Amino acid sequence: MGKTIEEINEKIKSGSVVVLNAEEIIEYVAEKGVKRTAKEVDVVTTATFGPMCSSGAFLNFGHPDPPIKMTKVWLNDVPAYAGLAAVDAYIGAAELSETEGMKYGGAHVIEDLISGKPVKLRAIGYGTDCYPRKEIETYITKDTINQAFLFNPRNCYQNYYAATNSSGKTIYTYMGKLLPNFGNVTYSSAGQLSPLLNDPYYRTIGMGTRIFLAGSQGYISWYGTQHNPGRERLANGTPCGSAGTIAVIGNLKEMSTEYLRACIFQGYGVSIFIGIGIPIPVIDEEMVEFLRVKDEDIYTEIIDYSVKRRNRPSCGKVNYGQLRSGKVTINGKSVQTGSISSYFKALEISNVLKDEIKNGKFYLTNFVAPLPLEEPYINLDILSREELQ
Amino acid sequence: MIKRKLVLSFPENIVTKPITYRLVKEFNLEFNILRAEITPNMEGKMLIELKGDKAQIDGAVKYLSQTGVTVQEAAKDIITDKNQCVDCGLCTSICITQALVLDDKSHKLKFNKDKCILCELCLDCCPVSAIKVHI
Repeated sequence: MGKTIEEINEKIKSGSVVVLNAEEIIEYVAEKGVKRTAKEVDVVTTATFGPMCSSGAFLNFGHPDPPIKMTKVWLNDVPAYAGLAAVDAYIGAAELSETEGMKYGGAHVIEDLISGKPVKLRAIGYGTDCYPRKEIETYITKDTINQAFLFNPRNCYQNYYAATNSSGKTIYTYMGKLLPNFGNVTYSSAGQLSPLLNDPYYRTIGMGTRIFLAGSQGYISWYGTQHNPGRERLANGTPCGSAGTIAVIGNLKEMSTEYLRACIFQGYGVSIFIGIGIPIPVIDEEMVEFLRVKDEDIYTEIIDYSVKRRNRPSCGKVNYGQLRSGKVTINGKSVQTGSISSYFKALEISNVLKDEIKNGKFYLTNFVAPLPLEEPYINLDILSREELQ
Repeated sequence: MIKRKLVLSFPENIVTKPITYRLVKEFNLEFNILRAEITPNMEGKMLIELKGDKAQIDGAVKYLSQTGVTVQEAAKDIITDKNQCVDCGLCTSICITQALVLDDKSHKLKFNKDKCILCELCLDCCPVSAIKVHI
């Protein structure tokens, strides 16, 4: 018989809930079998900690006197988008500083705000009868402004490609530094710990699901941009490349730099490590079948990033067991591998979330609406107005 | 007589050439291979200390460059900043001698100084700038 979220939450309340992380469940199922696991385990905690460029924060600065309608905003010389109401702005993680270029960006501003550092706010406006001020320069912290919430349109990829470089020279990509002649392979998924790989058909993870977001309790607000659930899947439900994504939201003021870090990929730009943990309720035996997935059962393609086209060739499929071993084989040659997403941090988050649930600090939610299982994946083609009419 | 410590990178196609032999024979240099990692189908790396006349050493460096060997001055030390590091392991894909590895059990980054040949390939690959040269 299945379990409901309400029943699990009752167990959290009474302190009798049984929680394992997504690594522990593998051995548990192997030892006790699917039936017993479904009965005995209530929640499995999944997590990931990797660079997620499609992230940023909405800020409301409060009104100065006299007030201003900000049309252009800079935070520590990083431009923020201000095409909203008077003192609202969105700072994107990948935005670069106008004075320091690739050495500092929106991600650093977000990290500085979380750590409580003063951030320089500069803004200009054109002046109106209701907003007479035309410029302002001041310092803010997260505690001196009204709201600061992270709103990330695409996080937590359900699997991602591995990257290599067949060309004769080193290339610098968002997948890291790729050495010439298949000199290395990089990859970016928490594999067996990753949230959407443990619930591949989104049976329990959906819009409205409460999650661990960079140390705070946040929510899944929508399916993410480029959500691509139609990707080819294995019998265990896991896709063989980038597939589903989620958009997430949470209070920046409650976050910790332990679980959110600015980062720089040389030659590519600024990005942001985001730590996300999602509890998966063990609602039935079918859920256990998905949750038992291990690195060796999850495959991805190694893509040649030296090809400067939208469609890049594949150099073969590998599983995360092979990737995590430190070496894979391409065309008969042994190639060193390295992860961009931190398994150590993901495991830490899965354990923090486990403790929060056990200690009655984190309750599970039913989703409000499911993530779509069908969604077109559209490319941008260059067309004239006539071709579209 | 002067001494110079260099990091030599050998591309795959010349790994088999008797390059160090010619350093002795043609440039009359004394050399000491401090660390080396040369494996088939891979780029080779060598940390070498050359001793000899300045002109001879300059000539040898020129010869090496012409052969296709990348020559870099050896920096003093590589350090990893534990507070900055997020233990992702991206650097482990770059580290040819596997001085940088993720520990199997703890999943944390381990740096084995004895294996490091100071090639500095890792320096610009760390996303959180946790790897630095200590001069």
